[in-house]
Amino acid sequence: MRQFFTLAVLTATVASGIRLATPFLLASLGETIGQRSGVLNLGVDGIMLLGAFGAYYTALHAQNLWLAVLLGALVGALMGLITAVVSVTMKAEQGISGIGVFLFGLGLSDLLFQKFVGTPLPIDTLPTARVPLLASIPTIGKMLFQANLMVYVAFLLVPAVAFVLNRTTYGTNIKAVGENPAAADSVGVNVARVRYSTIIIGSSLAGLAGATLAIQLGIFQQNLTQGQGFIAVALVYFGAWRPSGVMAGSLLYGMVAAIVLTWKTLGIIPQSASDLAAMAPAVLTVVALVVVARRFRQPAALAKPYERGG
Amino acid sequence: MTSRSGLWLHVDWRRFLVSWFALPAAALAALLIGAGMLLVLGANPLTGYRALLEGAFGSFDSLVNTAIKAVPLVLVGVGICIAFRANVLNIGGEGQLVIGGLASTATALALPDVPRPLLVPLVLLAGAVGGAIWGAIPGSLKAYFNVNEILSTIMLNIVAVQIMNYLLSGPLVDKSFSGFSLIPQTKRLSPNTDLPVLVGGTHLHAGVIVAVLAAVAAYVLLWRTGFGFRLRAVGLSREASGYAGMPVKRTITLALTLSGAMAGLAGAVLVFGSASHRMVTDGTATGFTGSAGFNGIVAALFGGLNPLWTMVSGFVFAGLLVGGNAMQIAVQVPTALIVALNGLLVVFVVSIEYVRRRSRLHQESPREAAGAGSEAERVGAGPSPSTERIEE
Repeated sequence: MRQFFTLAVLTATVASGIRLATPFLLASLGETIGQRSGVLNLGVDGIMLLGAFGAYYTALHAQNLWLAVLLGALVGALMGLITAVVSVTMKAEQGISGIGVFLFGLGLSDLLFQKFVGTPLPIDTLPTARVPLLASIPTIGKMLFQANLMVYVAFLLVPAVAFVLNRTTYGTNIKAVGENPAAADSVGVNVARVRYSTIIIGSSLAGLAGATLAIQLGIFQQNLTQGQGFIAVALVYFGAWRPSGVMAGSLLYGMVAAIVLTWKTLGIIPQSASDLAAMAPAVLTVVALVVVARRFRQPAALAKPYERGG
Repeated sequence: MTSRSGLWLHVDWRRFLVSWFALPAAALAALLIGAGMLLVLGANPLTGYRALLEGAFGSFDSLVNTAIKAVPLVLVGVGICIAFRANVLNIGGEGQLVIGGLASTATALALPDVPRPLLVPLVLLAGAVGGAIWGAIPGSLKAYFNVNEILSTIMLNIVAVQIMNYLLSGPLVDKSFSGFSLIPQTKRLSPNTDLPVLVGGTHLHAGVIVAVLAAVAAYVLLWRTGFGFRLRAVGLSREASGYAGMPVKRTITLALTLSGAMAGLAGAVLVFGSASHRMVTDGTATGFTGSAGFNGIVAALFGGLNPLWTMVSGFVFAGLLVGGNAMQIAVQVPTALIVALNGLLVVFVVSIEYVRRRSRLHQESPREAAGAGSEAERVGAGPSPSTERIEE
């Protein structure tokens, strides 16, 4: 245990926790936007997988990480359009259609990978981007300001999403549509259009999350996300539909993962016990779900398709 | 809503077409998209699909393989029918399979010498109990603490996988195995736990009978008992059932518990019906379940949330999975295509549901339709109304 509590190890663990939290954060911020407008997108994991494959494939062949990230987001947007058609236009039961989207993404990403790549070739990982001045602060600089660019993007999106939701007309419309679509409709808000936009934005972020995951790891494989997209959905409840809460949840997952990894490397806990330790965030999330269900109210129209005069 | 006046015949036809052809149309659409994907991948769709069909249903051996593969799908699917009928969306099949498998495996390891006629039912029961506990947790959380069951079941899937990895690489690990790479698996379980083989020379085991019995029992439970009536009533409208004095919370908890029990039973069958007669994983849920927890949802939806039809559709989907291997060999397209097509099918089935619901509302009186419109939208939106054709 004593090897763990050295400044160098702790600093590295925090930095790695923040890095591991980034895909969760991107995906759950996207899901937050969608849920605030009343749409439960349960297909995030499948969308992340497709985004991850798209980014991986692009990076492998175009050797351009930014193009790869962009493609991941575009793949996400496309999947978002499909999700929107299913949940908004076809008014499908969102808890089930999301499983369909997940299975589709899981199968298709695996299929494309096996057919067009085959062996898992490594790609370049995102380079470290030092924030001028701040990166040179001892310890803090190494923890927070020597990460890759996607980390900054994700964490800057937290205040950005909060600002859009709470300080703009678009944000007001999103919340109105998520709370009382009939009322929003009656004052001229186009419910379907708002929901289409939130799902597409949210799914782009899911695609981006997948791309970030692939590029941080420098690899793609079957079921790369291992259910991270589902956790991202749960984190939205965990964070009580607030960007800051979602950030806290993402950091929790990232930090626990980083700590477990470090402990395993240092030999503080054996392999078998690390499985139990890795269980902690999931158990904590279930507990958080209970607390949130008692204290906070979900968007009133969440997962309820809107029909005029219905 | 002009249908009341003189268009009865027209509406009936429309309803007939929609209710009988919606699911086949969804299947056809998915198959066509699959054919398109095969073409894009440079494979002949006809060759691919023929290989798939022959691989699934073309010979006695392939039928046996399909039947074996169908057992967990049917069991999970039957459980899904029970939960979804109560409007409880159980996405936790994977976790319930895993815990069921673990509970039955632990029982088998603890009591290896109990005579086979006793031990086989005992380990199956242990599996069902394990799955039931893993269903009762999200069930009671939903009923008494208003916790969204979709999320809690998903989180419990993750917890179950960690428990499995811990147990299979620790306390339950095969200690006789001394290789460099330690496989997370148990030793070969007691022969007294082997499921009886039904046809000599094949692997066709008694799990098939278990699945059929479970499906029939679930059908009887849902449509021939007071509990089943209450369960479906709660599924249609929680509020109305509450006003009618039904124990809504207990019913919700029980629905998810029973659903979990079915998946747990499937987990036990996966262990004791496996060729290696041990519980083994690759560190993921799929490594043990083969995604039966998700594919069971597909089977149940396609079976119209009726246990008997779920038996049929479970067999068909098992055929897809088994035939997928033959297709892979014939046209070199990975079986992952089948997973993707399953996903598309789910999306199509739930999308078509809206069209079906609308066509049904069209022939009710306007007032009824308006009331049912909002209510069905909210409460019974997904599962409940989908099996009209079977119930009538």
